[in-house]
Amino acid sequence: MRPVIPYVVAALLFGAGVYGVLRRRNAVLVLMAVELMLNAVNLILVTADTTVRATLPHGGQVFALFVIVLAAAEVGVGLAIVLQLYRLRSSVAVDTVRLDAAPASELDEPRLVRE
Amino acid sequence: MSLDVLGPLLPVVPLVAALSGFVLPLRSRTAAAALGIAGAAGAVVVAIVLAVRVDEPFETVVEWVQIGNLSVTAGVRIDSATTMVAVAVGVVALAVQVYSTAYLHDDDRYPPYAAQVSLFTAAMLLVVVAGDLILLLVGWEIMGICSYLLIGHDRRLPEAPAAAVKAFLVTRVGDIGFLLGIVLLGVNAGSFWITQVLASLPGLPAATVTAAALLLLAGVAGKSAQFPLHTWLPDAMAGPTPISALIHAATMVAAGIYVVTRLYPVFVLGDPSLVVLGVMAVVTVLIGALAATAQDDIKRVLAWSTVSQIGYMAAALAVGAPAVALFHLLTHAAFKALLFLGAGSIIHEVGSNSMSAMGGLRRRMPATFWSMTIGLGALIGLPPLAGFWSKDAVLHAASSAEAGWLPGLVYGVGLAGVLVTAWYAGRLWLRTFFGAPRSPGASAAHEPSWPMTVPVVVLAVPSALLGLLAFADDFGARLTPFVVDVPEASLSHLGAETAAPLAALVVGLVLVWALWRRDAARDPARFLGPLRSTFDNAFWLDTVQDRLVVRPVVALARRVSSADQRVVDGAVEGTGQGTADAGDVLAAWHRAGLPRAATALLAGVLLFAFAAALYGSAT
Repeated sequence: MRPVIPYVVAALLFGAGVYGVLRRRNAVLVLMAVELMLNAVNLILVTADTTVRATLPHGGQVFALFVIVLAAAEVGVGLAIVLQLYRLRSSVAVDTVRLDAAPASELDEPRLVRE
Repeated sequence: MSLDVLGPLLPVVPLVAALSGFVLPLRSRTAAAALGIAGAAGAVVVAIVLAVRVDEPFETVVEWVQIGNLSVTAGVRIDSATTMVAVAVGVVALAVQVYSTAYLHDDDRYPPYAAQVSLFTAAMLLVVVAGDLILLLVGWEIMGICSYLLIGHDRRLPEAPAAAVKAFLVTRVGDIGFLLGIVLLGVNAGSFWITQVLASLPGLPAATVTAAALLLLAGVAGKSAQFPLHTWLPDAMAGPTPISALIHAATMVAAGIYVVTRLYPVFVLGDPSLVVLGVMAVVTVLIGALAATAQDDIKRVLAWSTVSQIGYMAAALAVGAPAVALFHLLTHAAFKALLFLGAGSIIHEVGSNSMSAMGGLRRRMPATFWSMTIGLGALIGLPPLAGFWSKDAVLHAASSAEAGWLPGLVYGVGLAGVLVTAWYAGRLWLRTFFGAPRSPGASAAHEPSWPMTVPVVVLAVPSALLGLLAFADDFGARLTPFVVDVPEASLSHLGAETAAPLAALVVGLVLVWALWRRDAARDPARFLGPLRSTFDNAFWLDTVQDRLVVRPVVALARRVSSADQRVVDGAVEGTGQGTADAGDVLAAWHRAGLPRAATALLAGVLLFAFAAALYGSAT
């Protein structure tokens, strides 16, 4: 087997994920890009498990399983936040979330802001 | 009771009275008066017992603190001169306490006042008996703070706080020298115990002794109001009149002269110091006497006369006659306390300090008149009153001292001083008691109540008779401080040379009488012509002091204060402000939106990865 092919595919996947995180404005798509990066890592773990002799056998595969579970939980939390964001602002564009504005009044009384 | 107990008891008795007086509530006047009078009376009794029983000098020494090689002792050192001065201090303090009960009858802060007077007395007695330089310094400094408190007692007077601060600061200037002198002596002698200091003097380098003597002289000039540190004394008249009597007669100004007699060998060995003291004394005698001629305030006349009389004492010290200086100190204590208390009675009745509001008080206040007449006669040296013998002794000491130009100068200025003293004392006497009353207060005046009259009359006795002690056999020997290698002074010497001061006195009196007789309602000082305002302002030395010292110091202080606020405070506050600003900038960076935060995160990860790769390839 040629491990180069899955490695290159994983790198491409990871690059696509990074590009998505940096360039996408939609929060849901940003989350999907993060999933891409996680799956790239999973691919590397599984590939490496077959090519590298480890002290613990099949550690890579087990680790990939863990990552999948964690990713599922993470997506649940992430989507909940996105949903809350949409309720708050009726928009999920990440670059319109102003972090340098004074947040105090928003904390006091959450309200819809139409722009 | 043994002498070892009685000696330390002398300052402790008024100290206890003072400390218990301070805790009394403001309304308990009677208790405060009783405490004050009891403290002073106790001191008088102890002092008299000591004066009777002490023939040979004795000391008690207890080691107090040991600092490295230096030992500080607590103990008294009493000889017969000490007991005499202590009796004078006690008697004057007692008179002042009795007098104050009536003089301050409507004062709402009488209890602390009485306690402060007791503390003042205790401090002076501590200086008188102290056997150790540090103990002496303690008394010396307590007197400084007491004079500040008492001069500023009358808060209704606008000038009182300024006068109190001035007295404190001017004497403080001298006290710095005094402290340095004590340290210099103590460190070089290895002990602050006066006996040991004096014993180790011959072994010390001459320059050290001279420096110590000159530094001590600065403190003496400050406390005893010698030129150029005399300016506080006339202003101190803002205090209540009994306080003036206390400061001028027995405490404070007497302390400087007394300390010089106590440490006389230091000044004899520290060669030019006695000459410096003599020059200071001569200038002081002249300034004081001339300034007294033109004052209108009766208390200021007496204040300037104190300056001039203390000059006589310093002059006696300078020509090598400490016993004579102490003799004049004792007689001066008697008649100056009398004069101030008498003047206080007059001010109390007339309601004004100004002599132009007095006149014709001879018939209305006969007891005060006769007592003041005795006091003024003693001041100008009218035989056979006390001042005659002591001033004559000063002049005799000057004329019989050998060596140098100083005794001649002292003698000449002393004679001139006698003339001017007779003139201004005569002016005060005529302006106050003779002629027609010049104000409603003066025409309604009458003798004050007994607590004010009795001390004045009682003090007239020593003012008249104290000089006759000069005929006692061993009086000169008793007044000579026991450490001093000077020939025992004979204090009484009537002879042909007595004629010179008497002639000067008669000239002064006749002159002022002739001038006054032309128009009894007007001030003889008007004949001083253009000199009058110069004398009235005491040669403008206050202005000179203001221009040369006060203003530059205040300007410098302002600069330093603003430099402190701008540079030092600015550095501290600028550091804080800069940190807060930098924090704000960093906080603004941290509030980035998600895209920029993600980019920054990626950049960071790449940077670390690159660094790790570089590090990995290097090893």
